[in-house]
Amino acid sequence: MTKKQLVVVGNGMVGHRFLELLLESGESERWNVVTFCEEPRLAYDRVNLTNFLGGKSPAELSLVGPRRYEDAGVTVHLGDRAAVIDRQCKRVLSAEGRRIPYDVLVLATGSAPFVPPIPGRDAWGCFVYRTIDDLKRIRLWAAQIQTGVVIGGGLLGLEAANALTHMGLETHVVEFAPRLMAMQIDEGGAQILRSKIEALGVSVHTGKNTTRIVSRGGRVTEIRFADGGVLAAEMVVFSAGISARDELARNAGLEVGERGGIVVDERCRTSDPDILAIGECASYRGRTYGLVGPGYQMARTAVSTLAGGDDRLGVFDMSTKLKLMGVEVASFGDAHGTLPGARVVAFSDAVSGVYKKLVLSSDRQRLLGGVLVGEASSYGQLLSLTQSKAALPPQPEQLILPRLEGGAALPGVDALPDAATICTCQNVGKGVICKAIRSQDLTSVGAVKAATTAGTGCGSCVPLLGELLAREMKRAGKKVSRDLCEHFPHPRQELFHLLRVHGVRSFDELIGKHGRGTGCEICKPAVASMLSSTWNEHVLEDRHLGLQDTNDRFLANIQRDGSYSVVPRVPGGEITPDQLIALGWIARKHCLYSKITGAQRVDLFGARLEQLPQIWRDLVAAGFESGHAYGKALRTVKSCVGSTWCRFGVQDSVSFAIRLENRYKGLRAPHKLKSAVSGCARECAEAQGKDFGVIATEKGYNLYLCGNGGMKPQHAQLFATDLDEDTLIRYLDRFLMFYVRTADRLQRTAAWFNNLEGGIEYLRQVLIDDSLGICAELESDMARIVDSYRCEWKATIEDPVKLARFRTFVNSPEPDPSLVRVPQRAQHRPATWEEKQLHLVPQEAE
Amino acid sequence: MTAIALELDGAPWEDVCALEDIVPWTGVCALIAGRQVAIVRTGDAVYALGNLDPFSKANVLSRGIVGDKDGIPKIASPIFKQTFDLRTGQCLDNPAVRVPTHEVRIERGRILVHREPRPGDQDGA
Ligand code: SRM
Ligand SMILES: Cc1cc2nc3c(=O)[nH]c(=O)nc-3n(C[C@H](O)[C@H](O)[C@H](O)COP(=O)(O)OP(=O)(O)OC[C@H]3O[C@@H](n4cnc5c(N)ncnc54)[C@H](O)[C@@H]3O)c2cc1C
Ligand code: SF4
Ligand code: FES
Repeated sequence: MTKKQLVVVGNGMVGHRFLELLLESGESERWNVVTFCEEPRLAYDRVNLTNFLGGKSPAELSLVGPRRYEDAGVTVHLGDRAAVIDRQCKRVLSAEGRRIPYDVLVLATGSAPFVPPIPGRDAWGCFVYRTIDDLKRIRLWAAQIQTGVVIGGGLLGLEAANALTHMGLETHVVEFAPRLMAMQIDEGGAQILRSKIEALGVSVHTGKNTTRIVSRGGRVTEIRFADGGVLAAEMVVFSAGISARDELARNAGLEVGERGGIVVDERCRTSDPDILAIGECASYRGRTYGLVGPGYQMARTAVSTLAGGDDRLGVFDMSTKLKLMGVEVASFGDAHGTLPGARVVAFSDAVSGVYKKLVLSSDRQRLLGGVLVGEASSYGQLLSLTQSKAALPPQPEQLILPRLEGGAALPGVDALPDAATICTCQNVGKGVICKAIRSQDLTSVGAVKAATTAGTGCGSCVPLLGELLAREMKRAGKKVSRDLCEHFPHPRQELFHLLRVHGVRSFDELIGKHGRGTGCEICKPAVASMLSSTWNEHVLEDRHLGLQDTNDRFLANIQRDGSYSVVPRVPGGEITPDQLIALGWIARKHCLYSKITGAQRVDLFGARLEQLPQIWRDLVAAGFESGHAYGKALRTVKSCVGSTWCRFGVQDSVSFAIRLENRYKGLRAPHKLKSAVSGCARECAEAQGKDFGVIATEKGYNLYLCGNGGMKPQHAQLFATDLDEDTLIRYLDRFLMFYVRTADRLQRTAAWFNNLEGGIEYLRQVLIDDSLGICAELESDMARIVDSYRCEWKATIEDPVKLARFRTFVNSPEPDPSLVRVPQRAQHRPATWEEKQLHLVPQEAE
Repeated sequence: MTAIALELDGAPWEDVCALEDIVPWTGVCALIAGRQVAIVRTGDAVYALGNLDPFSKANVLSRGIVGDKDGIPKIASPIFKQTFDLRTGQCLDNPAVRVPTHEVRIERGRILVHREPRPGDQDGA
């Protein structure tokens, strides 16, 4: 049997592992094996590269036993680089002029350090940190100097910094991102890590954009930053990430990933079935993997593929635990809490330098991931909990909280120790917050935010801040103010009354008569809402424009990168084939990501500000109206198919849902309003989870009020039974207007109801028995709103003055260059800040 | 780029738009020498500051709500609602954060913005 020829390019950690597995499998009998090794030595332990500086010899680091390849009949071309792949003739041409034919080619070329394009980066004294030879050069240079700078505060950068301190240099780490190790750990962990590293004598400079490397006589002398700062440096080590070495494959016309790397399938095959790729040079599922574990898994799969087996790549675990300068750092699973519904509990103790965070599933039953800094002895246990998806104890925070004296802690804020982190975004502990409330005499959540920065990130801790504030104020015997904000010494309900009674039609008038100062982001949208639910003028009128939150101001929902999403109204969720086609056509035309929402309609994401008018011209032309997904207004009235088709339906729930949605569309309220109509008691439209829900009966409809999904689900209350459509609408008119008048800003009907003394009985007295004598007024208020409805978007595209506001730049027609898209599942998503920073996607020009 | 650069007194000022192009108590964004700059109009003044919201990293500050805190003119980020002193770029919720600001002049109804941030101001990164 003639042997086939197998050529392996690259003899690094993964290339070597591949050869070992091949030899072990016996598969090597069928192959003549040739490998190119660019470095002057066979594979060595790159993971422990730094030990070379600690005194380990290259021989000790080597992974290849003496004569291992010779004995196994593997031909090695040491110090020779594969330069060209000639796929037509199936051969490899090398830098030394070799021409080696192949039947199957395996690429294991690894990665190269990424060196940011900073002017001056070629000066003497600038290095990278990847090979034994790099370290030899660094060591030689370090012997003649005093100060070294590492550019890059990630995992590798800190390792390099560690090495420099060991060589006796005064060491600085410069990081572009606002924190260290942005890829693996979060803000809280990074702060602790930073303080520990600084304590070891390394100077850390975060948020620094290096713009130039200055040299004298060819030797580096200093680096300069965008903010004008300067740092003296006799040596610079670049450690700002890696990029896959896919140049061979690229030139041979193989498919490479958007973010670099040779694209492989789950059997490690590239776009040419005779060529496989493994290790850091391979891009699998849209990304490359800078850890050795995934590379080893690929080596195994590639051997199986060669042998005709069916081993396939699975999901790679990117968890890491390491000791950086004696500081334990671990990051595992979904460390950043990016999975849907992920919740976070964190504990931080600046004194002992420990930070621990767990990412939990939305039901707090499973561990999804976490971060440990300073003390990581539980890493193994936590990682296994994550991987095994085992059920957690009832209070998962106990897994990271230090044991309290006297047994188990009680739930609630009261039970948390002072050291407990309340705001994970800003890393503020309970003790700090309570102390600030007491010592600075704080009386509003806003003031607590300003004094402590807690609550100024994602906002998810704000309810806890409120609880802490209320608790502390109660302790001090104070009443919690209900004023809208510093500009209006009235609660919302009183202001609404003043506005109606005095016929106030603008914010300026209201603040002039009943407030002080110029307003803010709290009172302006609240007043805008009141004006709108009273007079129903277009929200983009000049005098209302500055009151609107960005969503209302551009009649679209702002997304995390500053682009917008568009949600056309689909009343009752009923949509014709032609409307569906129109939506698809418009989404494709404007290159929008599309998704079915949780409320029976379609959301189109990724519109740039200046695209919105044309998108809406197209939508209006196709018969669509604004869906008010951006407003504190009626969202949707969901329906089930009801008696139209369903064998159990007792009423025409679709028709009624459409009637209700068309009646209340455009109504602005203290918060958003959601509704549903179900055709029978099976309740497929989930009406009992809505602000107002309707369930069909044999005799008519039952009306449910004040339900809620979302953060704190609450069942709606049965308000009245067996109503006919017109009576139900009359009750709803009264109910909605009563809520609009009396609720607090941003208070959903459920929360409003919970504060109504007398509960559902009281509501019945007011809305059915007219105990306050206001029903006629409530109905006529609603009639005025219903009669004055106009589609905001249709009105906008007909008005050149309003249209002129939809542009990104007042002085240029250019689109925002910072909006960058990354392909995902046949559509696209916004690039993350990390991706932009780490140059994983095209960058805007500096 | 279509913007016109004016050389006034030898200083590099950029004519970005007319005063009445900005509705009072709102902002717009201008592209000035490759930088995104938020131009914000209050009742009686115009301010210019970096458009990059340092918290969300989105270029959106110009789209925030304008108002005051204890008389300090401010704008709120439309993403997570942190507020910034319009005069200095100082974040009012976090003393460590500040966005760059530019000098502004109003001449014959036009808004002129200095092409470079005020010295000492960080390039918002
Ligand atoms: C798009 C959508 C998710 C999806 O892909 O399905 C969505 C997206 C958002 N939701 Fe939602 N929610 C969506 C259905 C829901 C639902 C389900 C439903 O409506 O049937 C709920 C639970 C039901 C409920 O509200 O009672 C829901 C409960 C929330 C909450 C929590 C409200 C609460 O009272 O606890 C928020 C936060 C808030 O409003 O303060 C929220 C906020 C948001 C915001 C506005 C967050 C933001 O400020 O960016 C998201 C805007 C997205 C956008 O740009 O369009 N969303 N959200 C759904 C749009 C429905 C639609 O067509 O209008
Ligand atoms: C300092 C440091 C610390 C690390 N710490 C860890 C850690 O703690 N945990 C972890 O999991 N990972 C760590 N890594 C990463 C780990 O070393 C890599 O994931 C692993 O080495 C990847 O193996 P590879 O074969 O894909 O690439 P490499 O090991 O880089 O090998 C690729 C080889 O191919 C050669 N080559 C490239 N092109 C050609 C060509 N055309 N012709 C011939 N030869 C070519 C290269 O010269 C190189 O020798 C660390 C890396 C470094 C640098
Ligand atoms: S707000 Fe709604 S859509 Fe946005 S992430 Fe949360 S649950 Fe999902
Ligand atoms: S936890 Fe996000 S703001 Fe506090």
